[in-house]
Amino acid sequence: MILAASEILSPLRDGWFLQHAWLTPVIPTVGFVLIVLFGKRMPKKGSEIGVLSLLASLVLASGAAWQWIQRVGDAGEEQFVSPVVRTWTWWQSGGVEFTIGQHVDGLTVVVLFVVAFISTLVQVYSLEYLRGDRRYTHFFAALTLFSAGMLAMVVAEDMILFLLGWEIMGLCSFMLIGHWWEDGANSRAALKAFFTVRTGDVGLLVGISVLFFAANEWTTTHLGLSGFSIRGVSAWALSGEPNSTVILVAAIALFVAAIGKSGQFPLHTWLPDAMAGPTPVSSLLHSSTMVVAGVFLVARLYPVFFTGLDILGPSSNVIMVIAAITIVIAAALAFVQSDIKRVLAYSTVSQLGYMMLGLGAGAWLPAVFHIFTHAFFKACLFLCAGSVSHSASHHSFDMKEDMGGLRKHMPVTFAAWTVSTLALCGVFPFSGFFSKDEIIDNVGGNGYTFFMVVGLGGAFLTAAYMTRATYLTFFGAARGAAAGVHEVHDAHAGAHDVHDTHAGAHEADDAHAGPHESGILITAPIAILAVLAIFSGLFNATPFGESWEYMKKWVEPRAVVVASESHSGGPGEAFVVSVPSAESGHSESPCGKETPPEGVCYAPQVSHATFKWSKALISLAVVFAGIVLSWVLSAALYGRRDPRLVGLTQRNGLARAGYRLLANKYYLDDLYERGVVGSITGPLARGAYWFNQRILDGILHGVAGISRAVAQVVYRDIDQRLVDGAVNASADVTKAAGTTVQPIQSGRVGHYGALLFATAAVAALVFVILNT
Amino acid sequence: MLTSQFLLLGAILFCIGVYGVIARKNAVLVLMSIELILNSVNINLLAFALRNGSADGHTFALYIIAVAAAEVGVGLAMVLLIYRNRRSIGLDELSELRG
Amino acid sequence: MIAAELLVAQNIGFAVISVLMVIGALRVVTTRNVVHAALWLVVVLSGAAAQYVLLAAEFVAVTQVLVYIGAVMVLFLFGTMLTRARIGTERDLNNSYARLGIPVAGVLFAAMAIALVSSFGDEQLPSAARVVGVPEISDQIFGPYLLPFWALSFVLLAAIIGAIVLARKD
Repeated sequence: MILAASEILSPLRDGWFLQHAWLTPVIPTVGFVLIVLFGKRMPKKGSEIGVLSLLASLVLASGAAWQWIQRVGDAGEEQFVSPVVRTWTWWQSGGVEFTIGQHVDGLTVVVLFVVAFISTLVQVYSLEYLRGDRRYTHFFAALTLFSAGMLAMVVAEDMILFLLGWEIMGLCSFMLIGHWWEDGANSRAALKAFFTVRTGDVGLLVGISVLFFAANEWTTTHLGLSGFSIRGVSAWALSGEPNSTVILVAAIALFVAAIGKSGQFPLHTWLPDAMAGPTPVSSLLHSSTMVVAGVFLVARLYPVFFTGLDILGPSSNVIMVIAAITIVIAAALAFVQSDIKRVLAYSTVSQLGYMMLGLGAGAWLPAVFHIFTHAFFKACLFLCAGSVSHSASHHSFDMKEDMGGLRKHMPVTFAAWTVSTLALCGVFPFSGFFSKDEIIDNVGGNGYTFFMVVGLGGAFLTAAYMTRATYLTFFGAARGAAAGVHEVHDAHAGAHDVHDTHAGAHEADDAHAGPHESGILITAPIAILAVLAIFSGLFNATPFGESWEYMKKWVEPRAVVVASESHSGGPGEAFVVSVPSAESGHSESPCGKETPPEGVCYAPQVSHATFKWSKALISLAVVFAGIVLSWVLSAALYGRRDPRLVGLTQRNGLARAGYRLLANKYYLDDLYERGVVGSITGPLARGAYWFNQRILDGILHGVAGISRAVAQVVYRDIDQRLVDGAVNASADVTKAAGTTVQPIQSGRVGHYGALLFATAAVAALVFVILNT
Repeated sequence: MLTSQFLLLGAILFCIGVYGVIARKNAVLVLMSIELILNSVNINLLAFALRNGSADGHTFALYIIAVAAAEVGVGLAMVLLIYRNRRSIGLDELSELRG
Repeated sequence: MIAAELLVAQNIGFAVISVLMVIGALRVVTTRNVVHAALWLVVVLSGAAAQYVLLAAEFVAVTQVLVYIGAVMVLFLFGTMLTRARIGTERDLNNSYARLGIPVAGVLFAAMAIALVSSFGDEQLPSAARVVGVPEISDQIFGPYLLPFWALSFVLLAAIIGAIVLARKD
């Protein structure tokens, strides 16, 4: 049924916060500049500027989220809720306008809120965690700039600003991982992270360019937007217009960027090494916000991937394959780590794999919801790990050497850790259950049974390695630093979080206190995040019925055909040309399947699996099995030192091979360093050497031979007889002159420069005088 | 806008660069001063291009940018080499050319 | 009327940017911290890019940003780090005869200033109504200036090979 194109559905509300969402990245940017300029002179060394600017952003983001919810509430059931867009042109060249602006829709407000919220908490946490650090001000400057970059990327209206935010995040990641760069391992980790992510970033540049050149003409004529606009590109991708090869290339290129940023196989190797940075950095950048940028990219340009990779098509696509590999291999690697932060890092990689799997399988909303819940519980886990190392294990992160039995000493940290672990494992009714189970359920519901099984296997592994980490940290007997052994701390000084003055000051305070609970500035953020780790799942509690599916209502863009003229109407108005037939009760829009009739789509039609307790119980049973099995094995291996298990990796050949493979991280680092880098630099250097030896030397030898022959003739006939006399005479003169001016020849480049320019100045003066 | 204001700006930058080349000891800083000089030339070229209404100045400016990039690349490679051999990049320690 | 207002805006822009550039350039040659010098150089180079825009040379401005601020500055920072210059203030960055530079630069500037003012005086630049576009520049490069372009490509090739040969470890 087609309605008249001019029929106006209910007008959408539009508030101050939605109109000014662009301020959220601007405030931290200003804060960053202020910290850099005046931070060191402030009473709190600039940290107060960082916290305040992030608080302001959080207020703005919350306001925008609130007004977005109202805006969605105004819209009709099947009405397209148009994003709030504002743009300004800043450059115009050759008929192409480059704009900067904001694009606020459901996805934007969710991620905006998450980033601002966790940034604020982590900054508060850092006040205590980095107290006394020698680069305290720099740390807050970089942290604030990171938040600005991420917020800018999230509100970006066009791919240029998106790219800018993306790169700022990469830069800040580099600076923060290498915060304690005096330690060689840290600066190596920073470089590795930077270069690995940069490898993927090439894909982003290529993808943006391909999209621009492919889409610009269509978007300009149909929507009056440039080919950089996210709305324009999305509409173009669903218009049935694009050449399938071009959009495939663009989608693959963009996905390469997402692989690099979000630590997917095979570029995941940088993320565990990035744990060399301070723990607040791991918590903010490398678990909850920056690394989801890749997932965000896929979610933001979902129509491009939907069409380009044929998501929901009959066969599996590259996103799902990569994600499935990532889930399993990263979870397996988490078992052989003894560093608590590395366990969490591999867990992050694996969870990012779930998000990608969801996106690849058409489960857009569960994936975005998993970004939301994962951010809270994973940030909480990292902050707990930081709390443990800060107050109990003398800045060590080694679970096997320096932890154990800490639950009695650190009740708040232990409680928060347990809650977040259960959320991560996906135990009902914690938040992870609602998002992860929803992803697995939808992957199966869309017909990808194999990937659903992979997801369930990943859930089993997740439950098992998190139980192991929990046991090692909080149960059993206290070991090493946790038991008050101080030599351990000194012996490990090089390898762990030692930040000179801080460690020293702390030592003086706490040397005899033993493990204890951290201060309020550390426990408060942890507690807040733990509460959210429990309850944030209720925002989309599918099991409780449709009325609980708030995220679906607020965030998921509606796949409705919109008349293209609507964009001249300005924000707040949407025209709908086709509404679904009433009898089906469920929308069946053509978006994403066929060319939409007279109009454009901004989102593809996806389906949602219906929740069944029977399916949920299977996954809960899998998780429960993982927890119990891992608990029994951990207690036997680490608690009782069961002789059948201790040393199994040495005795049993299969176990040894498996352990070796995992301990060497599947030899991927070796492959990259020796194979890829070596094969590029080797031939290049050899080629240059060959060029040097053969070509340049050959020319030189040839020239030398000719000149030698000529020289002999000249020497015999002319030089000896004729010139010598004259030369000897002039040599005497020169010698006398040389002795006079010898002091000028000091051999110092600066002197020569001074002489050269002084001569030039004198010559210039002479010219000026002669000419006037 | 006057022609001479751009040319004077170029002259100021040029002279600051000259001062840097003479006064600095650290090789990297000398290279930076040379960049200042090259940029001042570019400003002059583009000012004249606008004055004469031709694109020649633009072409030359682009060539200078390319040459400057090459110069920095080779210059820093040389600095690196000197550093490896001497553990220092102070230019006044390189005085083998003394007469 | 509009043109006059534009001219005022251009002149204000020129003044602000020039002051920033001169301050930046002075800091480059006087600061005691190599990394700070590099960052001040960024100020000067960005200012130069802005001046190019004022001079209606957009393409050169964009190239300046890409090549100088993008690539050359990264090279400088890498050079600083690889030579393990102390990231912090250093006392002996200047030569003992640094003062020699002041009279030399002063005389040079005096000569140039006299020459420039006497020959250009208060000649007005034509308003930048006609922006030189990329097509015109490419016509120049691949027309009358093809030979220098060709030579330049050799310079770049030689620089690449030279940099590798010099900097690689044997």
